[in-house]
Amino acid sequence: MTKISEAFQKGKAFIPFITCGDPDLETTGRIVREMSKNGADIIELGIPFSDPTAEGPVIQAANIRALNGGITTDTIFDFVRDLRKDISTPLVFMTYANVVYSYGTERFVSRCAEIGINGIILPDVPFEEKAEFSSACEASGVNFISLIAPTSENRIAIIAREAKGFIYLVSSLGVTGTRSEIKTDLRSIIRIIRDNTNIPCAIGFGISTPEQAKKMAEIADGVIVGSAIVKLAAQYGTDASNPIGEYIATMKKSVLITE
Amino acid sequence: MAERAIPVFESIESVSKGRFGIHGGQYIPEVLMHAVIELEEAYQHFKDDPAFTTELEDLLTNYAGRPSLLYYAAKMTRDLGGAKVYLKREDLNHTGAHKINNVLGQVLLAKYMGKTRVIAETGAGQHGVATATVAALMDMECEIFMGKEDTERQALNVYRMELLGAKVHPVTSGTQALKDAVNATMGEWTRRLSDTHYVIGSAVGPHPFPTIVRDFQSVIGREVKQQLLKIEGRLPDVLLACVGGGSNAIGLFSDFVDDPEVRLIGCEAAGRGLHTNQNAATMTLGKAGIFHGMKSYFCQDEYGQIAPVYSISAGLDYPGVGPEHALLRDSRRAEYVAVTDDEAVDAFEYLARTEGIIPAIESAHAVAHARKLAPSLDKNQVMVICLSGRGDKDVAAIARCRGGQINE
Repeated sequence: MTKISEAFQKGKAFIPFITCGDPDLETTGRIVREMSKNGADIIELGIPFSDPTAEGPVIQAANIRALNGGITTDTIFDFVRDLRKDISTPLVFMTYANVVYSYGTERFVSRCAEIGINGIILPDVPFEEKAEFSSACEASGVNFISLIAPTSENRIAIIAREAKGFIYLVSSLGVTGTRSEIKTDLRSIIRIIRDNTNIPCAIGFGISTPEQAKKMAEIADGVIVGSAIVKLAAQYGTDASNPIGEYIATMKKSVLITE
Repeated sequence: MAERAIPVFESIESVSKGRFGIHGGQYIPEVLMHAVIELEEAYQHFKDDPAFTTELEDLLTNYAGRPSLLYYAAKMTRDLGGAKVYLKREDLNHTGAHKINNVLGQVLLAKYMGKTRVIAETGAGQHGVATATVAALMDMECEIFMGKEDTERQALNVYRMELLGAKVHPVTSGTQALKDAVNATMGEWTRRLSDTHYVIGSAVGPHPFPTIVRDFQSVIGREVKQQLLKIEGRLPDVLLACVGGGSNAIGLFSDFVDDPEVRLIGCEAAGRGLHTNQNAATMTLGKAGIFHGMKSYFCQDEYGQIAPVYSISAGLDYPGVGPEHALLRDSRRAEYVAVTDDEAVDAFEYLARTEGIIPAIESAHAVAHARKLAPSLDKNQVMVICLSGRGDKDVAAIARCRGGQINE
């Protein structure tokens, strides 16, 4: 069992996301520590990309703020190495294929392993293209996280069978961002996933309120929240760690109530 | 426990499709995979379907005005004193550019697939206008995404699209230019897939788009081959075309790739110069990367952040290039050269005065390189330049560039 799968052993998992370097890495460091303290089971760290095509306006803007601050893949590696001195929560990088490919996929992944990154999520790498990334990940003991979408249909089973760490189930069509309602028949998708793998399944995209999180936790093993947190980061800037910590505590509670 | 039908999917393999050497592929969010697979299956089915091919042929002939002329530029030939220069007149097509070839094919395909809505990105507005035109013809709902800066620079084209019944969305993210319009259109496609086809405007994007766009544009090269055989009784020595994403170039080249004696030259935008950071010279300065659904060459920094590119030509102002061109470069089957704004503007004026033809500023990049190359060739050699579009859209910008002020 990997460190990521273990994170789901304590009950329903809450998985927050934050863009590294928004607005600077000192702030991100405080935010990650607050997330960890307030019950985050896995933390998704976004490495900013100039053109994050799977993101809605909130996370797009965070990517631009971070890049304008001069952040690079290397400064983020140094930051994570430092973070690992006192943070044991599983950490997962979320970025785009070109950030990894241009760094040299094997070099990128072995650096990840070296500094204590447990998994990688690349939203622009579907099942058909994963081999060039997942083989490097497997060699380094880093989980390459697979995504399943509402349109996956006959692809669900085969993606699930080869999935590692956890499955990232995309709740609805469209790019990231908060939604007032999620209408996808997620139960049916999760049923097929369960028939094909034992690894946990977390739902993300569009979740912002404790009520939504609770509903999702009832049917899945974990809940992923990004845009709602990044909104707080945008609103509070360098003072965002406390409001985000409070938000994480509320969300984690709502996820656990479903036990 | 109740028995559940567990579907078996042997057809899905962990094998990348749509490769051109190491380039191409399908680097897109999982949510879009269903749509590109559906598109590929539909294309494979309809591309040889007699009803589809007959209807497309009819549209190309009677609506777009094909075949386009292969014009012998006698004055230019005399003036340059080298190879015989022919111009493939894609500028004479309906809507004034080669874009219509691809759009007629894709929108017709979308209609055969039962789609009722098309979306597209546009830079200067040429592809947007072509898409809006064909959508009007085929009774499709149409929405165009265009960088906000481009909507201001090309206000006339925005009005043209609206006149044709399309809704134009100004894109405010990123650099507010072509690449951001592509990002926004892809985002919109992930939001609404079932009734919508994304009409990509160039030979770029995830498989099957580079192949589909090439196939629909390959009519250019097929006609050139036939026309030249009739006039000169031989193959050309050199083919020249401008390259942004590369659709007119791949359309011209594809029928000649297996004729090794024919030199293929793509002309990309060097903008204000290769030594400045204001250019779009993907082949000359870019490196291999993954973006907009494909592996290919991209202008990017050392950490893979896509560079903000620049060219006087909105159609060449793109940080990437189609994956088949990337392979043609790797295999050295084609050459790629960079042409500056100044050279292109000179060529724009040159062709206007020499032949009485105002080329699109994109196509003027190819004309500019032809002016350099033709004198070094023999008089019995033949060169064909793809005049991908007409220059009416550029007149005001060129006037401004020369210090004049014209209201569009």
